[in-house]
Formats: sequence, structure tokens, C-alpha cells
Amino acid sequence: MLEVHDLRVSYGPIQAVRGVSFSVAKGEIVALLGANGAGKSSILKAFMGIAPRSAGRISFAGEAVERADTASIVRRGLTLVPEGRRVFSQLSVLENLKIGAAANRQLRGRTLENCERMYALFPKLAERRDQLAGSLSGGEQQMLAIARALMSEPRMLLLDEPSLGLAPNVVDQIFDFLKALQKQDIALLIVEQNAETALDIAARGLVLAQGRIGKEGASAALRADEELQRLYLGAG
Amino acid sequence: MDIVLQQLLNAVALGGTYALLALGLAIVFSVMGLINFAHGELMTATGYGIFFGIAAGFPFILSLGMGVGLAVVLALSMERVAFRPIRRASPTIMLLTSFAVSTILHTLMQNLISARPKPIPIPDMLAGAVTIGAHQIGTIQVLSIVIAAVSLIGLTLFFRATLLGIGMRAAAEDFDVARLMGLNANRVIAVAFAISGVLAGIAGILWLFQRGSVDPLMGFVPVLKAFIAVVLGGMGSLVGAVAGGFILGVVEVLLRAFLPDALISYRDAISLSIVIAILYFYPDGIIPRRENIR
Ligand SMILES: Nc1ncnc2c1ncn2[C@@H]1O[C@H](COP(=O)(O)OP(=O)(O)OP(=O)(O)O)[C@@H](O)[C@H]1O
Ligand SMILES: [Mg+2]
Repeated sequence: MLEVHDLRVSYGPIQAVRGVSFSVAKGEIVALLGANGAGKSSILKAFMGIAPRSAGRISFAGEAVERADTASIVRRGLTLVPEGRRVFSQLSVLENLKIGAAANRQLRGRTLENCERMYALFPKLAERRDQLAGSLSGGEQQMLAIARALMSEPRMLLLDEPSLGLAPNVVDQIFDFLKALQKQDIALLIVEQNAETALDIAARGLVLAQGRIGKEGASAALRADEELQRLYLGAG
Repeated sequence: MDIVLQQLLNAVALGGTYALLALGLAIVFSVMGLINFAHGELMTATGYGIFFGIAAGFPFILSLGMGVGLAVVLALSMERVAFRPIRRASPTIMLLTSFAVSTILHTLMQNLISARPKPIPIPDMLAGAVTIGAHQIGTIQVLSIVIAAVSLIGLTLFFRATLLGIGMRAAAEDFDVARLMGLNANRVIAVAFAISGVLAGIAGILWLFQRGSVDPLMGFVPVLKAFIAVVLGGMGSLVGAVAGGFILGVVEVLLRAFLPDALISYRDAISLSIVIAILYFYPDGIIPRRENIR
């Protein structure tokens, strides 16, 4: 589904990502872990064409996308749920969903139908469809951010710290939901500080350190890795 | 004629003009962080569009349309030529560029047209008064209020009921995420400029109805007031800009009407002091642009 080869991202003199290669298969869930400032968000932004991509090849669904603009990447089926949710607080829940579908003209005819699908997935959003998104709780805003991304009918979803600032039971709810997306064959790349939770639903994990992949492996193996526990996962 | 009612109508008419101008400034500011000092020249261009339309023998209404059209074309051109290349530049560079655009345009108008006011003949039909109930009200005033109201209602419908309008509101709140969702940045910004052109054009018409002539600096004072209205309402807040415009209009008209003669020359100083007093209590403006709270 997604293949990355030697991706580099620099902000002027700062090299945030220094040659990263990996791939994510169709319908697969992969966790991207690492300490603050390791370059996780920069990688996701580079996929979407909103970070400076200084070098490397990115292919999505078999097509090279490293020079594509954001709208065309969204239309191809890759969407990012940004760090900190970033719902449009002055727009209603329904309007937020509509923006999620705005990139693709072909989806316009199905927008209302897709909204109903989102309401079925997240009944809380259905109750609040005409309320301003800014009035929702943190968990509801995260659900809205995910639903907004799903409105573009993605084949792969990038999630940047979906658990950030949420209560543990809400985090569980969100991750249960993400796991269920696998049934619809949607691949997920989840960036998380909360490594345990991410590895619970991911098949594999990548551990980023200073812009490079330090370790990678099956979730169970990563969980058992003591050095990793100590260095990156902060659980030790 | 009831003087209070009369002054109230004056206040709404003036406030409506400020509100339209302030809204145009706020829309552009909210999507690209640019404080467009050349906004006043859009208003002035409308004046000249109308003047030349009438001079060329076009009907009055058509000439008004040509004036607004000219403002839109000018707004889109300044975005394309001057502001697009510096979109990622610092706010200071943007501000200085807009000063430059403003200066170039009004110097051109001075040299190519005339530094002196050109009269715009207002049709007799508009010069009279209408009777509403027991009151006589100037036709121009009624028309100004109706035009401002229709424009604001039309714009509200656009922002609420069309996908493009909802996209504009999304971009105004969080431009980066709007782009992330696949909204076309060039289109959003061009639409913002086009709307600001329409609003400046309509405000220009209302201003001309009151003044009856156009000169190269026509837009300067009203747009300066509109900036104050934008700050008063909260930078980048669209609803705030409209509210700020009306508040400023009401304050100015009330001061003009009820200030004793000895103080009348301090009118602007007093109204600005009131604005500063309001900002003292609401430093982010009365209806600030809210960020995500949770
Ligand atoms: N827009 C930017 N301009 C300059 N430097 C940046 C920018 N964005 C990120 N960086 C730098 O790039 C490095 C990687 O940042 P990035 O946000 O990708 O890390 P992260 O792994 O997502 O961290 P966090 O866990 O804090 O979200 C950091 O050193 C950061 O300071
Ligand atoms: Mg990050």
C-alpha cells in the first residue's frame, strides 16, 4: 500500500528525518514510536505533502507521490488525522465532516450518505451534529477528527498521537474503533507516545530515534525488548 | 422628525459601511495573515469605475456594477501579482508589500486620472425621501441600510450553505488543516480576495452616495476606520469585524450628534479613546477568533 525509501525531511539546517525506509501492506496496522522530536510527525506530514520533502521516494498504491500535492494525495486514499485533533471548532460537526469530503468531487454525491455512516460508527457525533465542534469533549473531538478523515474514503489512515490528552477509557474506546477499521481493509500507521496501547492493536512497530529507524519488529517482540522499554517506551 | 430615530438610522448606515469594509479585511487576514493596506484602493477603484461608466454613457445601475467589478478584478490582480509570491513571508514583509501596492495604486490614480475629486451625479430618484409611517427618511439612507443588510445576509448564506463557503470558514480558522483536508490553497485565497473586492466595492458605492465624488484618497479614511473595527472585533474574527464596524459607526454618529460644539473637533480622539477603553477590557477584541480550546 505505502512504500517509503530513504525519506529525508529538513527544516533549513535542522534534519528532522534522516533516511527512513519502510512499507505498510494493505489493511495492515503499524505503530510508529519514538521519543519527542524523533521526527514522527515530520514523516506523516511528508507523506501528505505538507512538510518539506528534501529527498526520498514515496509510493502509494503503486504510484509515486513524493511530488504530488496534498489534494491529490487525499484523493488517492491517504489521509492524516493531525496531532492535537485540530477539528474546526467554529464549524458544526456536520460541517467538519463535509470538509473531510471536499477534496474529491466524485465523493460529493455520497457526502450525506457517508455522514450517516459516520453517525452510525460514532453515535455521539449524531447527537451533536449541529453543535459547534469546539463544544465537544476531547474524546468526541478525536472521534470527529477520525470521522472527518474517513469522509474522504481513505485506503490508509495516518494518525498522529490519537491518545494525546485523553482519559484511559476514552483511549481504549478510540483504539477499539481503530482496530475495527481493519475489517474495512483500511491500513493504519499510528504515531504514539503511548507505545503499549499502539502495540496492542498493531501487528508491527517501528521505533524512530533522531530521524532514523532504530528498531523494528513484531509488536510482541518490541514489547518484550528490555532496552526498548528503557530507551523509548519509557515504561521501565 | 424624531432626532433619535434619525441618528439611529445614520449610525446603522455608517456602521454598515464600516462593517462591509472590516469584513473584507478580516476575510483576507484570516486566510493568509495579511493586513491589506491596499483595501482602500479597491474602494477608490470602485468610485472611478462608476465615474467612467457614467461618463461613457452607461446606465447608472450598470455603472455601479462596473465599479464593483473593477474592485474585484483589482483585488484578484493584487493577490496574483503582489501577494502570492510572498505568501510564506513574515507578516512585516506582507504589511510593507501592501503599503507599496497601496502607494503605487493611488499614485497611479493621481497621475493618470486626477488628484482632484471627480463628481458622481446621483440620480434624482435617489435624492428624495421616503415616508415610513409618520417619518420622512432619506432614500439614500434607506438604500444604504438595505444594501448593507442584503450583502451581509447574502454572505452569511454563502458561508453557511455552500461547500465553498464552509471551506472558507474552515480555512479562516485553521488554514493548514484546511489544506491538509485537500482544500486548494490558491482557490481559497483567491476567493477571499474576490469577496473582499465585492465588499469594498459595495462599501465604495455607499460611501459615494454620501459624498457624491471620488478622488484618489477616497478609500483612506473609511479603511482606516475599518482597521479599527477589525481590531475592536478581534483580529481575524469575521463576526467580530461586523460587530466592530457597527459599534464604531454608532459611536461616531452619536458623538457627532450629541457632542457639545466646543468638543466636536475632538470627535475622532474621543471615539478612539472609547475604542481603546473597550480594548482595555477585551484585549483580544470583543469576539476574538477562538482557537481549539480542548
Ligand atoms: N516546522 C518546523 N520548523 C523547524 N523545525 C521543525 C519543524 N517541525 C519540526 N521541527 C523539528 O524537527 C524535529 C522533529 O519534529 P517532529 O515534530 O517530527 O517530531 P515528533 O517525533 O513528532 O515529536 P513529538 O513527539 O514532540 O510530536 C524536531 O527537532 C523539531 O524541533
Ligand atoms: Mg509529533
